[in-house]
Amino acid sequence: MNTLVGTGPLTKLALRRDRIMLVIWIYAFAAFAGAAVYGFKKLYPTVAGREEFVVASNHNTALLTIYGPFYGNSLGSFTAWRDTVLSGLLAGIMSIFLVVRHSRGDEEAGRLELVGSAAVGRHAALVSGMLVACIANVVVGVVMAVVPIVLGIPAAGSIAFGAGVAFCGLTFTAVAAVTAQIAQTARSARGLAIGVLLVAFLIRAIGDSVSVTGPIWLSWLSPIGWAELTRPFGAIRWWVFALPLAAAVLVGIAAALLAVRRDYDSGLLATRSGRPAASASLRSPFALAWRLQRATVIAWVIGALVYGVGIGSAAKGISGLLGSAQVRRVVARMGGQTQLTNAYLAALISLTGLAVAGFAIAAVLRLRSEETDQHADPVLATRTGRIGWALSHLVIAVGGSMVILAVAGIGVGLGHGARSGSLGTEVARMAGAALAQAPAVLVVAGLAAALFGLVPRASVAVSWSVLGAAVLVLFFGETLQWSHWVMDLSPFTQAPKLPGGVVSAAPLIWLCVIAAALGLAGLVGLRRRDILA
Amino acid sequence: MTVAIDVAGLRKAYGKTQALDGLDLSVAQGEVHGFLGPNGAGKTTTIRILLGLLRADGGSVTLLGGDPWTQATGLHRRLAYVPGDVSLWPNFTGGEIIDLLGRLRGGLDAGRRASLLERFELDPTVKARAYSRGNRQKVALVAALASDVELLLLDEPTAGLDPLMEAKFRDCIEEERKSGRTVLLSSHILSEVEALCDRVTIIRLGRTVETGSLADLRHLTRTSIMAELASPPDGLDRLPGVHDLDVEGDRVRCEVETDKLDGLLRALTAAGVRSLASQPPTLEELFLRHYAGDGPQRQEVAAAAPDGTSA
Repeated sequence: MNTLVGTGPLTKLALRRDRIMLVIWIYAFAAFAGAAVYGFKKLYPTVAGREEFVVASNHNTALLTIYGPFYGNSLGSFTAWRDTVLSGLLAGIMSIFLVVRHSRGDEEAGRLELVGSAAVGRHAALVSGMLVACIANVVVGVVMAVVPIVLGIPAAGSIAFGAGVAFCGLTFTAVAAVTAQIAQTARSARGLAIGVLLVAFLIRAIGDSVSVTGPIWLSWLSPIGWAELTRPFGAIRWWVFALPLAAAVLVGIAAALLAVRRDYDSGLLATRSGRPAASASLRSPFALAWRLQRATVIAWVIGALVYGVGIGSAAKGISGLLGSAQVRRVVARMGGQTQLTNAYLAALISLTGLAVAGFAIAAVLRLRSEETDQHADPVLATRTGRIGWALSHLVIAVGGSMVILAVAGIGVGLGHGARSGSLGTEVARMAGAALAQAPAVLVVAGLAAALFGLVPRASVAVSWSVLGAAVLVLFFGETLQWSHWVMDLSPFTQAPKLPGGVVSAAPLIWLCVIAAALGLAGLVGLRRRDILA
Repeated sequence: MTVAIDVAGLRKAYGKTQALDGLDLSVAQGEVHGFLGPNGAGKTTTIRILLGLLRADGGSVTLLGGDPWTQATGLHRRLAYVPGDVSLWPNFTGGEIIDLLGRLRGGLDAGRRASLLERFELDPTVKARAYSRGNRQKVALVAALASDVELLLLDEPTAGLDPLMEAKFRDCIEEERKSGRTVLLSSHILSEVEALCDRVTIIRLGRTVETGSLADLRHLTRTSIMAELASPPDGLDRLPGVHDLDVEGDRVRCEVETDKLDGLLRALTAAGVRSLASQPPTLEELFLRHYAGDGPQRQEVAAAAPDGTSA
């Protein structure tokens, strides 16, 4: 196997390059598992209370869609219910990023050309990327098993729970290895693999949503579904682990067969030729920025619509099904409102705000990648000024965020209105509720812009860390009873809880002022600093 | 003669690395100026300061009569730039990028665009990710040469081109000279600079070491002489400007400073010349004299800035 020569050193190199990122990922998984166990211990100390929630949840389409069914009423089942699907998704994303980064990503950056000319086999980079992903998944699996065990959850179930997540990650390690052979660029290799991951999520979402009455067999088709179907804290089915194992091996073999047919830095899908001249509209920095970001914006708009309609149409069921005091407390904690439907919608709309902040950060930081990829140089050597160049991407970040929020809100309104019979009012009300998140999103975007202008080298890491902190605050702040000043630091704590909450103008205005000030600071910084490459 | 680029005492540091340390550069309007230096000498840093992408730490810079830092966008209407390492948006075709850059610059001559594409044998329908390095270079060259500008800033523009394309590039620059455009051509390919440039500035370690016309610089160089004489020569070692003298019977080899050539020839003819071979000074010799073996090579300053964060 001389095409694998050098895999060992390359794997070590990859582990070294990723050491910080991997630690953060693994820590996040540990925190995720720990917070679930800890939170449910506090919320549902009694079996009776848990049983009430299990019955209600297993009859609620929305909760089934997102989390899947309960297989038991122990604290372990609660932890597995809450974490399995989301951890499976996260493990998939982590694996996809690792594999593509160390194979096609390095090819595209030209790094592998240098490495590949040394005594390194043709497939060593791909295999080392897959090995790193495997190692990461195994560690994640171990951590997610050990944390519940330490917190007093039965060992066998915890191991099955951790293993389910790890095997899901392994399956997508193989999937990413295949898309890395097919796609033309690293970006599209990632996109394609994440598309497969989302399909896996949706298939099990449909399967699980009808699990009580209908064809749960759909969930058997999804790698994320397999992690649930081992039933970690029910009657554990160890044999189910054969499915992800077989899938990973078969898909991995497919990747190996495809890898032989592929040339360096190109995918199996041929690069089509394009237009010989630019369209008449491609003549301004804004047109360039739009062209670079439009695919992402359109994907987000479609996703927001689907997501909005989904949660909107599930909302009516919530108030009918979730009658217990315990459940009311959970949902009320998530949104802080009394009325259940409103609380449910407000909670999911807050979540939308955080997700859109992710879009905003990525859109702003496109400036940074344009700079480091040396795409900015030729543009800034024309009569395009720095401010105009930066604004063209900032406009997309700001405008795109507003449009995505509005579309998500409209989707919620359509879904909810269609079932509750007041389409017009609900669409307007929900669009407003979603747009009330905009000032908080803009603060995050402004922060990314300020970092880009003032401390460009730290901008990527710090921006995403701040968003990560905001996510932690929203998910765990109340459960873990953090002090209020910590929670108040997150702009999303300041956003009104709509629908149902009270709107006061002052915090919204303050958020907008802060966002504008941050953006301005970024532009001033950009004007004064060197363009780095 | 008006001055297109006037740089004096330019300094720029990246952290502890002093990339430019008192660099001088003067380019007259309408001339093709060679900007020579080994890797890491500061050529790219200088050009990026001229473009207003980097801010100088000290010294004065005037570009087309303006300050490239404060008046960047106004000046950029009048110049075109070809980076040394051309990086293009992978999803755009070459044709789209040429048009986009041309339009952002303020206009493109459609006729010239077409003829340059043909000349450089560049397929504009190919997506940038599929171009080789040389073809990416051609995209940037066509975009720059088809623009109606006064000044071309070219940073090692032929680095990825094959010899055939390099020759075509030389023809293009020759035409630019005739049409009166100013060109700053950074390079470490000596034959290219020798063939194209009116004047040359040689830099090293961020400082200018020589500047002048090729004729001026040749005065500073030595011609090598090989002669076979009728009788053994006498007193050659006492002649001024003669170096590396090697006399074996009636054969003589030596190097002579070009402006001291006359004295040597007289001495040789006095001894009776049977055969004579002389090699004119090349820029290469000048280059080697400035770079070879004096002082420790300093660490290479990455083309633009030492940015380790991209990994």
